[in-house]
Amino acid sequence: MARLAEHQGKSILAAAGIAVPRGERVRSAVEAGDAADRIGGPVVVKGQAWTTSRASQGLIRFASSRAQAEEAAAAILSTSVGGFAVTEVLLEERLTIATEHYAGVILDDRRRCPVLLVSSRGGSGIEEIVRAHPESVAELPYDPVEGIPDHAAREVWRRVGVRGVAQQRLGEAVVRLARVARAVEARSAEINPLVVLEGGRVAALDCRIAVDDAAVFRHPELGIDVAREFGHPPTALERIAWEVERDDYRGTFFFLQMRQGFGRGDRVVAFHGAGGGGSMMAMDALQRRGFSVANFCDTSGNPPASKVYRAARILLSQPGVDGYFGSGSGVASQEQFHSARGLVKAFFEEPLEVPAVIRLGGNGEDKAIEILHTFTAALGVPVECYGKDTPVDDCAARLETLVARQTARPTHGPRPAARVSPARPYAFATPTGSITFDHAVCATCASKVCVTACVPQILRLADDGTPVLAVTAEEAARGRCIECLACEVDCAALGAGGGRIGLPIPGLDAYRGATGAE
Amino acid sequence: MAIMVDETARVLVQGITGREGRARARLMSEYGTRLVAGCTPGRGGETVDGVPVFDTVAEATEAAGPFDASVIYVPAPLVKDAALEAIAAGVKLTVLVGDRVPTWDVLEIVRAAERAGVDFVGPNTLGVLSVGRGVLGMIGGRAASAREWFKPGPVGVVSRSGGMTSSTGYYLSRAGVGLTTLVHVGGESIVGLPMPAVVRRFQDDPETRAIALFGEIGGSQEERIAELMAAGEVTKPVVAYIGGRAATSGVRFSHAGAIVEGGRGTHEGKVAALRAAGAVVVDRFDELPAAAARMIGG
Repeated sequence: MARLAEHQGKSILAAAGIAVPRGERVRSAVEAGDAADRIGGPVVVKGQAWTTSRASQGLIRFASSRAQAEEAAAAILSTSVGGFAVTEVLLEERLTIATEHYAGVILDDRRRCPVLLVSSRGGSGIEEIVRAHPESVAELPYDPVEGIPDHAAREVWRRVGVRGVAQQRLGEAVVRLARVARAVEARSAEINPLVVLEGGRVAALDCRIAVDDAAVFRHPELGIDVAREFGHPPTALERIAWEVERDDYRGTFFFLQMRQGFGRGDRVVAFHGAGGGGSMMAMDALQRRGFSVANFCDTSGNPPASKVYRAARILLSQPGVDGYFGSGSGVASQEQFHSARGLVKAFFEEPLEVPAVIRLGGNGEDKAIEILHTFTAALGVPVECYGKDTPVDDCAARLETLVARQTARPTHGPRPAARVSPARPYAFATPTGSITFDHAVCATCASKVCVTACVPQILRLADDGTPVLAVTAEEAARGRCIECLACEVDCAALGAGGGRIGLPIPGLDAYRGATGAE
Repeated sequence: MAIMVDETARVLVQGITGREGRARARLMSEYGTRLVAGCTPGRGGETVDGVPVFDTVAEATEAAGPFDASVIYVPAPLVKDAALEAIAAGVKLTVLVGDRVPTWDVLEIVRAAERAGVDFVGPNTLGVLSVGRGVLGMIGGRAASAREWFKPGPVGVVSRSGGMTSSTGYYLSRAGVGLTTLVHVGGESIVGLPMPAVVRRFQDDPETRAIALFGEIGGSQEERIAELMAAGEVTKPVVAYIGGRAATSGVRFSHAGAIVEGGRGTHEGKVAALRAAGAVVVDRFDELPAAAARMIGG
């Protein structure tokens, strides 16, 4: 998700006129000591991790000297949260608190507007405060364009019993918080605790802001590198997947790792869904068969075959899966053969070593099923494909049967031959890659399937019978070539094998090298 | 009857000269939708498959008369302005097909629609299809598929998932349970007409005798339908499947889809609320058609 780090949120609050403690971020105990010296006086040492109740996990500690600060930082930096090491701590001046409160802005799906939530109590989690002390909580739905009027902000604090100068200053703070929420297009922006200091000043001691993933494109100033809501910091493979998706607006590719560190026989499968609801139904069906999924993946919204291909390659970069399962809703409005070609290309390049069951129902499903069945025959592992009239539970049952039969690694037939440099190359760029025909091979081809199968019909036969572009190279690169992959996939199965499509996945080879997954 | 669209509704397509707009306008026309005009800024005076194109929605309205619905096919960053334009021109129902529309933009569209007293569907919606009468959006993908997949009858279908709207409609039709209207409300957390609002319309539609619902984890729409049933505001029988039993808490699935936060919007909670309100909730999706058939006495 586009969740902002505590220090980043605090600097945005400070710029909007909400006071925050002076502080510095560091990544080692020594640096913590230096920072403590610069800040001077007692400090708070806070581990930067995506979790609530940090105090109870020892991630928030207090120090009154350089030595104590180093010790606290060292302790925190040796911790891990949810399997992720804490790599950064924030040191801040320790302020003297008079009272602690809570303020948060959320976008409410019921009322369909932003809502300010405040509590006269702060510190612990807001869910807990609502449960234990409902009388201390008040909410204020407000207009997304106008923001919160000053009088309404004071009134909401009055309703939870805050009086006097504190009421006025906390009111100012939430008016500013609402401005921040709109400025960064937050789905939620919370300050807990929002404190009144001795002397009456108001300050934000913590800050959690989650930016709307769909709005990240117009907020380069936030420096968000992965606009995804994962519940954990993005893994290396999730980052690779995000790079595939980031600038390719054709359809959607979403990838999320749910399990790691499993092995063959653990009944964990690579899951390739299409559409949120259909994917969920498919995962439920797998669960009923005793499988768990290594990942969630959704390629939907009419993605090109190239995007489905990249998704499949990334899914198969998870070592130890027992099978590959693909299913969407079963009755898709989009043409399904694009996904089929993407999968075929990926399965051959890997090559696939576990059984796959793919349910590609909807428009063009007959063609999709034919492509997947006939073109994967040489793979050496079973690949079964079904359409809309086969329920997803039946598909999950088929996968179970195939996995049970698959006792050893398949003896592979054709691992794709190391690429020989083409004798007579004819190449052009596609939107996200390149196509190379070896015209020496093409000249021997009787089928010319590349021309007939090309979905956008941008190829023609030259006088010598070899395929060439019927549009300009620039037009092909700008999107006339939709990367349907027919000129490689159909060519490999039905033609002479002269067509090759290069679709780079930045970082994937390095990742596989580092993880030992071949 | 049916809800939201029929053969008499006068329809506009915004972004009709784009690749997607052009293709989907053809689907709508071929299915029988009364497509009156298109709109693309700077392209006024052209025609697309015989449909006149105007520069602005106001101009289209002056030239061709008021619209019952507008379907918008423009890139996500431009959706807000196109929707505000349709709303300002008095279009009664705007359909926002695009996905990844920023949520604060949706909030502004909500605000404008509420002030104007009009409705919108989406964003991130496949649209609305009234069987044999008309389609707004792209349910079915091809007119021939839409005719083959969805048969007329007494059941209304609603879902937050586009694919599952089509699936539910197809499997019910195949089991001999015909449909009035299929509505994909859109996959985002904040949408123009959420499922409870659609269920109310089915309740008011004399042709709809039962409601089939594909729900999923996250949000509160399914619970709010249960509230409407418990309050006696929805009395027609409801049959439902709730997806996402296997999903993990605290994780957002898909770019838009379901998220479970702090026990809110869980699978168990939704199933229990709907059952307590009298809905039939099936455990497996493929049990839905038979359950719907029993409901309408088929």
